[in-house]
Amino acid sequence: MHIPDGFLDGKTAVAGGILAAAGLGVALRQARLHLPPRRVPLLGLAAAFVFAAQMINFPVAGGTSGHLIGAVLAAVLLGPSGAVIVISAVLIVQCLMFADGGISALGANIFNMGVLGGVGGWAIYRVVGRLVKGLFGLILAASFAAWCSTVLGAAACAGELAASHTAPWSVVLPAMAGIHMLIGIGEGLITGLVLAAIARARPELLRPDAATEPRRSYGAIVAYGVSIALGLALFASPLASRWPDGLDRTAERLGFKAKAVATSIPAVLPDYEMPGIHWSVLGTSIAGALGTVVVFVLAWLLARVLVPMADPPDSTGPGTAS
Amino acid sequence: MRHDFLDRYSRLDSPVHRAPAAVKLVVALALVVTVVLLPSSRAVALAAATIVVLAAAALSRIPWRFLVRRVVVLEPFVLGVAILALFQPGGWRLFLFLVAKCTFGLLVMVLLSNTTPFSDLLRVLKGAHAPALLVTTLSLMYRYLFVLVDEAQRMKRARASRTFTPRRTWAWQTMATVVSQLFVRSSERAERIYAAMCARGWR
Repeated sequence: MHIPDGFLDGKTAVAGGILAAAGLGVALRQARLHLPPRRVPLLGLAAAFVFAAQMINFPVAGGTSGHLIGAVLAAVLLGPSGAVIVISAVLIVQCLMFADGGISALGANIFNMGVLGGVGGWAIYRVVGRLVKGLFGLILAASFAAWCSTVLGAAACAGELAASHTAPWSVVLPAMAGIHMLIGIGEGLITGLVLAAIARARPELLRPDAATEPRRSYGAIVAYGVSIALGLALFASPLASRWPDGLDRTAERLGFKAKAVATSIPAVLPDYEMPGIHWSVLGTSIAGALGTVVVFVLAWLLARVLVPMADPPDSTGPGTAS
Repeated sequence: MRHDFLDRYSRLDSPVHRAPAAVKLVVALALVVTVVLLPSSRAVALAAATIVVLAAAALSRIPWRFLVRRVVVLEPFVLGVAILALFQPGGWRLFLFLVAKCTFGLLVMVLLSNTTPFSDLLRVLKGAHAPALLVTTLSLMYRYLFVLVDEAQRMKRARASRTFTPRRTWAWQTMATVVSQLFVRSSERAERIYAAMCARGWR
């Protein structure tokens, strides 16, 4: 999902940069105000940890392998502001040391993975975690949020590419979202497994909220919310993008667009569309919603399997699960 | 320590390596931004910029094979996204131009990262009044990156020497345990670092 230099045009890169600067600025301010000095080194170490963890390969079928992205894992362990700082640091180092992700696209990358992945993922994690209590709820919420943050980031990335006229919206969204709906399953699985293993070894590390952001600050919530909403409105809404234009729509109507997509994109649902419903906002939304429900059920099952393993009968871990 | 691939050539000695880090960062950024803003009709300007960068690469005495390999390793994602550009009118031209632009960007960044130690770039950021917390996080990250990558590899070796046949079904569980242990160790190390920083009069 690291966008290299050259894919984003000037206005998109600047918009991404401003949104990322806003998000990172809020995160740094929050950390300066609320982070106890004792935990400052942890940010740097956590960034190094995310970097090192990304180098550990998880085998997938057919000799390929995937790795952790880590935004939601960082958000669960360090809180949303910590996650934004950590993921931004990882992206800055990857850009300046390894040319992984372009320097002109750095802002967009930080927005997609750090702000959207960290804060957006954390919000989903909190909402689901409120509904279901205990360690079971924590693992369920975290792995579901990890999937959502991956797909959200990919959708924003697709929107940025479409807004830059690099690729038409109708092709790039299904391609990016479809592939990342699969990658996100791996991300959710790894996040759940890692959190369960941490709960087994050091349960006290899973309660960062008390330490990072002691009192709720509505200013930060509003600032994060505005920057994410603006970003989604700019990048991830098909209405705001100028695509599809006239020629594009003709191609769509003639039907070779759908055919071209069908051959090249492995998606959860064939073509990322409900069979029978023509390519439309409705079809994408239904497919997306169905995928989300399926993943929620998968996350539920994962938590179901992991909680008894993480919670030996004699321990008094955080919230003995149902 | 088998991870010297991280920034192997950044400490060579050449005119490019000796140039001030701030100048290199600004020049790299300017080059990339200019090329990003080029319309696809200006292929000549892109070629000219490429020649300038290639000349700098030659001056830097970094082995060509290494440069080419670094760029090629990063190329698949570029191609993967650029292919999507073919799905629109006039796609071929755009596709070729995108690949050329991205490859140029990669070359500039690979050259920058391999001629400038990261600690020098951090000093530039600090001089430019980047937020202190961000600079602290980045410097700590850079300092312990190698330590943690080393630690991860040590854990991997230890696991490999104790597991006879890695069972497919448990592979992910095992890897996740390794990742979680890595976090536990990182947070313990962070506590020790904080104690050490305080002992040396931090803040």
